[in-house]
Amino acid sequence: MIYTLAANSLSKALEGQSVPLYGELTEGNALVVAAIIHAVLIFHVFALCPFFLIWLERKGSGRIQDRLGPTRVGGRFGWLQSLADGIKLIQKEDLCPPVADAMLFRSAPYIVCLASFAAFVVLPFSHNWVAVSADCGLFLLLAILSLEVFGIIMAGYSSGSKWSLFGGMREAAQMVSYEIPLAICALIPIVSAGSLNLGEIGDMQSGHLGNWFLFHDPFTFVAFFVFFVVLTAGCKRAPFDLAEAESELVGGFHTEYSGMRWSFFFMGEYASMFALCGVAAILFLGGWHTGIPGLDGFLQTARAKGAATGEFNTLGYLANVIGAGVFVSKAAFGVFVQIWLRWTLPRLRIDQVMITCLKYLVPISCFLFLGATVWPLLFMFGMGQTTIHPEPLGNRAAASWPAEADATESDWSASTIPDEQLPSDSAPLEVESPAGQHAVSANKNVELQVRNDSSERTALAASSEVRQ
Amino acid sequence: MSWFFTIFALAACLGAVAVVISQSVVRMAFWLVVSLGSVAGLFFLADADFIGAAQLLIYVGGTLVLLVFGIMLTASGPYMKIPASPAETVVAGLIGLMFLFMVFSTINDVDWNGSKDRIMAASGQTEKPAGFDDGSEGNTLRPLGFALLGVRPDVKDGAGYLLPFEIASVHLLVVLIGAAYLARAKRRQDVA
Repeated sequence: MIYTLAANSLSKALEGQSVPLYGELTEGNALVVAAIIHAVLIFHVFALCPFFLIWLERKGSGRIQDRLGPTRVGGRFGWLQSLADGIKLIQKEDLCPPVADAMLFRSAPYIVCLASFAAFVVLPFSHNWVAVSADCGLFLLLAILSLEVFGIIMAGYSSGSKWSLFGGMREAAQMVSYEIPLAICALIPIVSAGSLNLGEIGDMQSGHLGNWFLFHDPFTFVAFFVFFVVLTAGCKRAPFDLAEAESELVGGFHTEYSGMRWSFFFMGEYASMFALCGVAAILFLGGWHTGIPGLDGFLQTARAKGAATGEFNTLGYLANVIGAGVFVSKAAFGVFVQIWLRWTLPRLRIDQVMITCLKYLVPISCFLFLGATVWPLLFMFGMGQTTIHPEPLGNRAAASWPAEADATESDWSASTIPDEQLPSDSAPLEVESPAGQHAVSANKNVELQVRNDSSERTALAASSEVRQ
Repeated sequence: MSWFFTIFALAACLGAVAVVISQSVVRMAFWLVVSLGSVAGLFFLADADFIGAAQLLIYVGGTLVLLVFGIMLTASGPYMKIPASPAETVVAGLIGLMFLFMVFSTINDVDWNGSKDRIMAASGQTEKPAGFDDGSEGNTLRPLGFALLGVRPDVKDGAGYLLPFEIASVHLLVVLIGAAYLARAKRRQDVA
């Protein structure tokens, strides 16, 4: 069942199992154990991201600036450099300036880390591979990531240093303004998807390359690049890294930090870079789908079949591993582009950063949002369909899911609108529209999210028929 | 489930107490984050995922950034403190106790089982078995969206909240335009 929280299904499996030293797990304890298992798994992703990405940053910056980057530690490509740095940073003295507000100073790095770690909870890595499959996943993820600013403002304020305070102020001003275009640009593919569940959004883009929301319409195409610029600024990466501008502010908000607490800021930064690039990959770049038509259909079918059995299924598992690999490489490529930008472009001035956002990015994203909402209407009145594509997205590579069809149907009617309770003017439209027929004929073969998607399109397409 | 509830409830209460006790304004803001964040956790435990996320975004994120902004822009010296006089402590304590008494007595007076039955009867829902149900738990977004667009499929003959939603959105738009108008760069009058 796609809506089930992963921790709940795991805890159901654990319930009643006997554990050495403890005895049988009760319902409440099983949930705690399941939550811990998920947290530990996500923590590994969270911790390994910076490990790899910092190495990549060093290598990338070295190549771009005609240097070699790390070569000595760990053999051929210096791949153990991050670990060596980690060991070095742990050994360093944990300094706290005497004028600092010690409690806030010490706890600020944890807030930054916690915020970017919590974002991974709702980030899906493949079909159903997500710790919490929430309907408001994207909303929740952006809400959690916005808490990262608070840690940085706190670090800047409590350090008792003017450099830090300036860094914190700049970060606050920058984040507050860049969150607006970030949210608007994230909404643009949502208009086409009709869901905020990141897993559903990813699954809708299976099939071939044209199904990615990047190629859905011209507005989403432009929106992707705007979104990428905004998320680069949101991660306070160069050319928008005014909060830590070392040429003006020594180190900005982390001037006074040393050792492990200093590195926590960077763990948080790299992890949230990865998380936001992952969101971009899910929203625009097809998530865990390869974009190759035959392969994608086969993999998605295997995933859905595996999920339908309700227990471990080797083929479905392998398909999910491939999906996770595709997703991670897409997100890592996004981070690579950010690294590329950082070492290529000079830093903007703070007023230029604000002008870029408020005078350019906000109006552009508002225009794109308007366009993305008008586009389907134009197509609907002109051609009687909502996109260039003859069929709604998602129906293309609908994974066959026979065993689950009955269960999903009952879930769907329980969790959303039962058909008979819709207002009377929209009830007969269900049958008339072509998308509706498609949904009915493929009834047993389409997934849950496909049903949701097609039912929305049914309403749109049907209302166009009425007008004609 | 009760473990998580205990942790979040304790964090919410202790954070709230610490907001009152601490004297440094930024520390108060920090404890407010702890308290409001734990309340968001309680919302998630109650399967109200949208309210929880909104709590994180609006209260914990938005309000606190504004608060800290205000402190940092207005504080005269570093680490502004607000010491409370004994009279203030006594009065504030009395008001707090009165409020606690009011909330406590109200919660005690509510017939929770009866109101639950009435809600069940009104919405036509059936009692769900204890523990974890089908996957629909904690996914309130779709019904909420429908309700804001004027459709209440979960209630018989239920009207949604389209009018309040539109009024609130127009109100916010007016505020936004007004703020932009007030904050715009003033044209110099004395050029000519």
